[in-house]
Amino acid sequence: MVNLWRSLRFLVVSVVLLGLIYPLIVTGIGQLLFPYHANGSMIKLHGRVVGSMLIAQNVTNPGLFHYRPSAVNYAGNGSGGSNLGPTNPALIKEIKGNIQTVEQQNPGTPVSQIPPDMVESSASGLDPDISIQDAKIQVPRISKATGLSQQVLMALINRNEQGRFLGIWGQPMVNVMKLNLALLQQRGK
Amino acid sequence: MANSKSAGLSGAIVNHAIVDSFRKLDPRTMVKSPVMFVVEIGFVITLLLSFDPNLFGGHYGPGSGERAFNIFVTVVLFITVLFGNFAEAIAEGRGKAQAESLRKSKTDLTANRRRSDGTYERIPATTLRRGDIVRVLAGEAIPGDGEVIEGLGSVDESAITGESAPVIRGAGGDFSSVTGGTKLLSDELVIRITADPGESFLDKMISLVEGASRQKTPNELALSVLLAGLTLIFLIVVDTLRPIATYLGAPIDIATLIALLVCLIPTTIGALLSAIGIAGMDRVIRFNVIAKSGKAVEAAGDVNTLILDKTGTITIGNRLASEFIPVGQHTDKSLIEIAVLSSLFDETPEGRSVVELSKENGVSFVREEFHDAENIEFSADTRMSGLNLPDGTVTRKGAVDAIRQYVQQRGGKVPADLEAKTSRIAMEGGTPLAVVSGNEVYGLIYLKDIVKPGMKERFEELRKMGIKTVMCTGDNPLTAATIAKEAGVDDFIAEAKPEDKMRLIKEEQAQGKLVAMSGDGTNDAPALAQADVGLAMNTGTPAAKEAGNMVDLDSDPTKLIEVVSIGKQLLITRGAITTFSIANDVAKYFAIIPAMFIAMIPQLQALNIMHLTSPRSAILSALIFNAIIIPLLIPLAMRGVKYRPMNATSMLMRNIFIYGIGGVIAPFVGIKIIDLIITALGLAHI
Amino acid sequence: MTFAGTIGILAVVALILALAIPMGGYIYRVFTGQRNWFEPVYAPVERVIYKFVGINPDAEMDWKSYAKSWLLVQFVMALFVYIIFVLQGHLPINPDHIKGMSWDLAFNTAASFITNTNWQNYAGEQSMSYLGQMAAITYLQFTSAAAGVVAVIAFVRGMVANKGKTLGNFWVDYVKVHTRILLPLAFLFAIVFVGLGLPETLHGAQIAHTLQGGTQTISRGPVASLEAIKQLGTNGGGYFNANSAHPFEDPTALTTVLEILAMALIPAALVTTFGKFIKDRKQAAVLYVFLTGLLLAGAFTVYASESAGDPLVHHLLGIGGGNMEGKEVRFGQSLSSIFVAATTAFTTGAVNTMHDSLTPLGGMVPIVFMMFNSVFGGIGVGLLNILMFLIIAVFLSGLMVGRTPEIFGKKIEAREIKLATAAMLVHPFVILVPTAIALVTKAGTSSMANPGLHGFSEVLYAFTSGAANNGSAFAGLNGNTVFYNVAIGLVMLFGRYVSMVAMFAMAGSLVKKSVVPESAGTLRTNTFSFGGVFLAVIIIVGALTFFPAVAVGPIGEHLQMIAGQLAK
Repeated sequence: MVNLWRSLRFLVVSVVLLGLIYPLIVTGIGQLLFPYHANGSMIKLHGRVVGSMLIAQNVTNPGLFHYRPSAVNYAGNGSGGSNLGPTNPALIKEIKGNIQTVEQQNPGTPVSQIPPDMVESSASGLDPDISIQDAKIQVPRISKATGLSQQVLMALINRNEQGRFLGIWGQPMVNVMKLNLALLQQRGK
Repeated sequence: MANSKSAGLSGAIVNHAIVDSFRKLDPRTMVKSPVMFVVEIGFVITLLLSFDPNLFGGHYGPGSGERAFNIFVTVVLFITVLFGNFAEAIAEGRGKAQAESLRKSKTDLTANRRRSDGTYERIPATTLRRGDIVRVLAGEAIPGDGEVIEGLGSVDESAITGESAPVIRGAGGDFSSVTGGTKLLSDELVIRITADPGESFLDKMISLVEGASRQKTPNELALSVLLAGLTLIFLIVVDTLRPIATYLGAPIDIATLIALLVCLIPTTIGALLSAIGIAGMDRVIRFNVIAKSGKAVEAAGDVNTLILDKTGTITIGNRLASEFIPVGQHTDKSLIEIAVLSSLFDETPEGRSVVELSKENGVSFVREEFHDAENIEFSADTRMSGLNLPDGTVTRKGAVDAIRQYVQQRGGKVPADLEAKTSRIAMEGGTPLAVVSGNEVYGLIYLKDIVKPGMKERFEELRKMGIKTVMCTGDNPLTAATIAKEAGVDDFIAEAKPEDKMRLIKEEQAQGKLVAMSGDGTNDAPALAQADVGLAMNTGTPAAKEAGNMVDLDSDPTKLIEVVSIGKQLLITRGAITTFSIANDVAKYFAIIPAMFIAMIPQLQALNIMHLTSPRSAILSALIFNAIIIPLLIPLAMRGVKYRPMNATSMLMRNIFIYGIGGVIAPFVGIKIIDLIITALGLAHI
Repeated sequence: MTFAGTIGILAVVALILALAIPMGGYIYRVFTGQRNWFEPVYAPVERVIYKFVGINPDAEMDWKSYAKSWLLVQFVMALFVYIIFVLQGHLPINPDHIKGMSWDLAFNTAASFITNTNWQNYAGEQSMSYLGQMAAITYLQFTSAAAGVVAVIAFVRGMVANKGKTLGNFWVDYVKVHTRILLPLAFLFAIVFVGLGLPETLHGAQIAHTLQGGTQTISRGPVASLEAIKQLGTNGGGYFNANSAHPFEDPTALTTVLEILAMALIPAALVTTFGKFIKDRKQAAVLYVFLTGLLLAGAFTVYASESAGDPLVHHLLGIGGGNMEGKEVRFGQSLSSIFVAATTAFTTGAVNTMHDSLTPLGGMVPIVFMMFNSVFGGIGVGLLNILMFLIIAVFLSGLMVGRTPEIFGKKIEAREIKLATAAMLVHPFVILVPTAIALVTKAGTSSMANPGLHGFSEVLYAFTSGAANNGSAFAGLNGNTVFYNVAIGLVMLFGRYVSMVAMFAMAGSLVKKSVVPESAGTLRTNTFSFGGVFLAVIIIVGALTFFPAVAVGPIGEHLQMIAGQLAK
C-alpha cells in the first residue's frame, strides 16, 4: 500500500516534469530561438502560406518541378509509404504507372535514364527532395511550359543542389520547394 | 575389485545392457530424461500413424508411400530410444558387475558376538548392530565395519582394495579400523562394530558402484534444465511450422515434423548424460577411490586449493640417511661404526638406510655377530633407539635434543660444533639424528626427506590448472621452506597442528575457494569434513573415513590430483557432447527445411547444399544420423574427453574447435553418406 | 554501394563509440553516487522529488522489493496513459480535435509505450492529441527507458556484490536516471533538433495554399521534444505515422545521423558502465568489438542488398539502380541502411525507411537483429539480454574447460540456468506461437498488405518487433484490429516483463554468492576467444530457433525474387 501511494505520487511528479514542463520549456526555447523551424518551416508567398519547405505537396503543373510519387497523395496530415514488398505484383504495377506518367509528361525520356527515386514512392509520401537526375529529366518539360531556357533551368538546379553532408552523409539532391520558389522568382512571379 | 579393475566391456555386460535397454523403455523410467522421453512420445505417435496414416487428419492414399515412410520413421525413432537406453545400461553394467562380486564377499558372513555375560554366540553377520563386540580368529572373515579394541593381526583387504599385501590392524592409534568382508590372516582381534546393517562400507560401496544411490549433481541438474529448455524451444519451433505450411498451402505430415523435432532436440547429450555421470564415477572407482557422491567428484574438478601433507604425499615420507657428519674430535669412520651399530636391528626405513649408507662407505657389520645384543626400539618417550652390547657399550641415535639431554644426564659433554651442524641440516630441510656411544656424541646422521619423483611436474600442472597447492608439515619453518621449494608447492604451513589445517581451509573457503585435502588420523576428521573434497585414507580411522567425502582404498594421498582430473574430465565430457549435439542441428536444418518446404517454395532447393536425393531420404538420413551418433559417442562418454592441463582459454578453443566446429561439419558428411546408402538401396523414393 | 556511403556508415558507428564510451563512465558515476559538476542543480531537484514522493534515499532494497516497486510504478503509469488515450477527446491541449481511442487500440498503445516498444497501431497526426503526445507518449518514452536502465544497473550490482543482500534503492535510481541522464540529454538534443528544422509548437495544423492552387493540411506539434527522447530512450514511437521518414521528424542527413547517435548512445554507453562496475575494461572492449562487428555486418548487408535493388523491377520495367521504394532521397541507401540496422540493433523501432518495402535480405537483417535482441539491444534491457547470453555461453564454455562455470567470479548453478533458460524461452515463444495463430486465422491473414511469403514476413515481423520491444514494423500489415491490438499488446508485455523479472530474480540469487578469486584455471571472459564463443551462442541459439521462419520468410522471398518470380 505504501508502494502504491508512492507510485501514485511519483506519477504526478513525473508527468508534470517530463510530460509538461519538459516539452513546454523546449517549445519556449524553440519558439524564441528558431521560430521559423519551430513552426514547421512554413513558406509564405504574397502573404499566404504556400506550404512547408520540408513537406512535399501535390504539384502537377508542367511549369513546376514535381515531387516524388507519394503513396498518400501528399497528405500533410497523413504521412506514409506504399509498404509494397519487393515481390508484390502491385509494386510492379505502381512503378509501371509512375513510369508511364514520367514518359507522358517528359516525352522522349528513355526508361533506362529514369532514376529509381523518380518512379518509386517515398517513405513518408512527403519527401521534399528529388535527385539531380530526376530534376534534370524535368528540365525540357518546364522549359517548354515556361519558356525559360534549359540552360537557365540547369543553372537553377546547380545553384540549389545540396551535396553530401561532410562529403559522406546523404546524397546529392535538390529541395523541390526551394527550386520552385527560385523558378517562380526567375519568372518574376 | 582387483580383477574388475581392468575389465573392459565383457560380453556379459553387453548382453545385460541390451536387455536393460528394453526394460528402460518403461515411460516411468524414461521421463527422468525429458529429452529422450520426447523421442519416445514421438515414437508412439508415428507408430500409430504407421497403422493409419490419416489418424490425425490428412488424406494420404495407398500410393503416397506415407505408411512406408511412417514405418521407417517409427523404426528409426525406436532405435534412437534404444541406443540412449543402451548407453545408460552399459555405463551401469560395469558397476553392476562389480557390485555382484562385492555382494559375494558379503554373503555367508557370520559373526562371533560377545554376549553380555562375556560368552560368545555365532550369529549371521547381517544381524550385527552398532556397538556389538565380536571376536575374529585367524582365517575368519571380519563380519562388519568396526574398530579393533583388542589384539593385533594382519588383514587381507584385497576383497575391497585389490591390494594383495596384507596390512596390520591393531587396537589403538590410527590403524584400528577394519572393514567388513576383509579377512584376518593371523592372530585374533576383538572388534567393536561401528555400522548398522545396510550402512556398512561394503553396503555403501555396492550401492555406489551400482549407481543405485546416484543423484543428479548440481551441475548435471543445471545442464538438464538447459537441455529441457532447448527441447521446449524446439517443440515450439516445430509445432509452429505446421500452421506456417498451412498458410503456404501445403500441410506437412506429422512424421516429418516429429523427425525434425527429434533431430533438433539435443538427443545426443540427452541420451548420454547419465552415462557420462555414471562412467565418471566408475572411473573414480577404478582408481580405487570411493566417492560418496557425484557431487564430490564434480567439486574436485573445481578445487582451487589443494592441501597436502608433506610426509608420505609430497615426500617419500621415509627420511633416508644421506650423510654422516662427525662432531668434536671424532672421525667419519668412528661415527659410521657407532651409527651402524645403533641401527643394526632397526627395521625402520631410517635405520635400514643408515646401514645402507654405511655399506657404501665401506663399513658393515653382520647381524649374527651381535645376536646377544639388546635392541632398544624407538619410543615416543625417549625419542631414540639403539643397541646395548653385552660388553656394556651403549649406542644410541635419536633426536638431537633428546640425545643432548641423554648425554648431559650421564655427565657427558656436548661438543661445541653440534649446535651449528644441527642447524645447518635443519636449514637444508633435513632431519639430524645425533649418534652417541656412552656419553660421547660422535656426530650426526643427515636424514633427508626425499621429494617423490615427478611431484614437481605435477605441481606445475596443477598450477596451470589454476590450483594452488599448500604443503602441511610438522617440520620447522626452515625445513618446510626447503622442501616446499624443492617440491615446487605454492605455499606451506610449518609446525602445523590440526587446527592450522582447519583454519587454512576456512580462510580459503571464506574467499570463495574450494579446498581439497587428504587425511587419515582422527584429528584430521574435522578438517576432512570442512574441506569441499576430503579424501580419507582407507587405512585411516573410522572417524576420518566418516568425515571425508571420498575414501582412497590404496591410501595414496597423491590420488587427489587424479581425482581433480577426473572431476574436470566429467564436466568437459558433458560440455563437449552438449556442444556437439547443438552444433549438429545446423546440418540437420539444411537437410530437412528444404525438404519440408519443397512443395510450396521450390526455390528453397537452393538450401539443399548437400544435394540429398529426395525430401524423404533427406529427412530419414538426418534422423538416422541422429540415431547412430549416440552409440558412436558411447565410447567417448565412457572414456571421457581427454584432459590435459592447460590454461582455460586454450582448452576452450581446443574443445570448441573439435566439438563445436567438428559438430557442425560431421553431420554434413554423415548425412550425405547415409543419403547415398539410402539411394543405393532404392529407398529414396518410398 | 558507394565509397562515400561506406565511409558514411563507418563514420556513424565511429561517432557512436567515441561518444558512448565517455558517456558510460558518466553513467557509472551517477549510479555509484558520485558528485558531478551540476550537483548544485541536480541535488536540490532530487531532494524535492524524494520529499514529495516520500522516498528515503538511504534505504536499500533486496531484489524482491526492488522488482516490486519497479513493476508497480509501471503498472500505475500504464493505467494512467490508458485513461488518457481513451478520454483524450474530452481533455485539453487538443487543437486538432482528435477523438479518444478504442479500448483495444488504447490497450495496445499503453502496453507498447510502457514496454519501451512503441509499436504504433495508430497514426500520430490523426489519432493522438497534443496532450497525449506530451503527457502520455513523451512521458512514457522517458520512464520506460529509465525502467530499463535501472533494471540492468540493479542486475550488475547483484553481479559484483560479494555476499551482498541488496541491489540499491529503486526510487533513487529511477529518479536519477531522469534527472541526471535522460532529461539533460533530451533538452540538449531537442534544442539542437529545433535548430535543424524539427517543429516544436502548440499551434495546430497549418493550412497551406499550394503553389498550384490546391490546399494542404500540414500537421505539426511538439515534435522535437518527443523526437529527442524517442531516440535517446530507444523508444522509436514517432510523432507522425511515417516516423523518422517524415521530414518534420528527420529533415536532413545530419539529423538522421544525430538520431542514430541518440538511439545508440545509452545502450552502447552501458557496456562501458558495465565494464566499470566489474572493474574490467577489457571485458567491455571485447563486447564492443563483437557487438559493433554484428552491427556493421547487418548495416552492410542491408546496404549491399538495397543498393543492388529489386531484380524484378530491373527486368520487368527496365529501371536500374538501387531500391528507392519507401526511402527518402535525403538519406539515400547508405543512411537508410545504417538506420535500419541501428534501429533494430538498439531495438529503438524508429524508421527512416519503410521496412516493408526493403528487399528481402535488407528486411531480413532487422528481423534477425530483433530475434537476437542483443546486438547492444534496447536501453538497459539490451545489456540484460547480453548478460543472459553471456551466462549461457559461460555455462557451456565452463563445462568445456572442466569447471563449474562462473561469471565474474560468481558460480553459475542450476538456479541461474533455470532463470536464464526461462528468460531465453519467452522470446521464441511469444514470436512463433502468435505468428502461427495469426497464419491460420482469418483475423490474422486479412490484415496482410502483401501476398505470399512477404505477407508471412509481415506477421513474423510484427510479433518479433513486439517481443523484442522494438516497435518498428512491416507497416503494410494493418495492426489496428482487435486481434492484433490484443495479441501484439500481450506479446510486448510478456516479451518485456517475464524475462526481466527472471533477470531480477537471478540478480537476487547472484548477489548472495561470494566472489571466487580468479586463478589460472578460471575461464576468462574478457578474451577475444571467449567473445567468439559468446557471439556463436547468440547466433546459433537465434539461428536454430528462428531458421525455419526466416527460411520461409525473407530467404524464401529472396530466392523467389532472384528466380524472377512474383508473389501470387
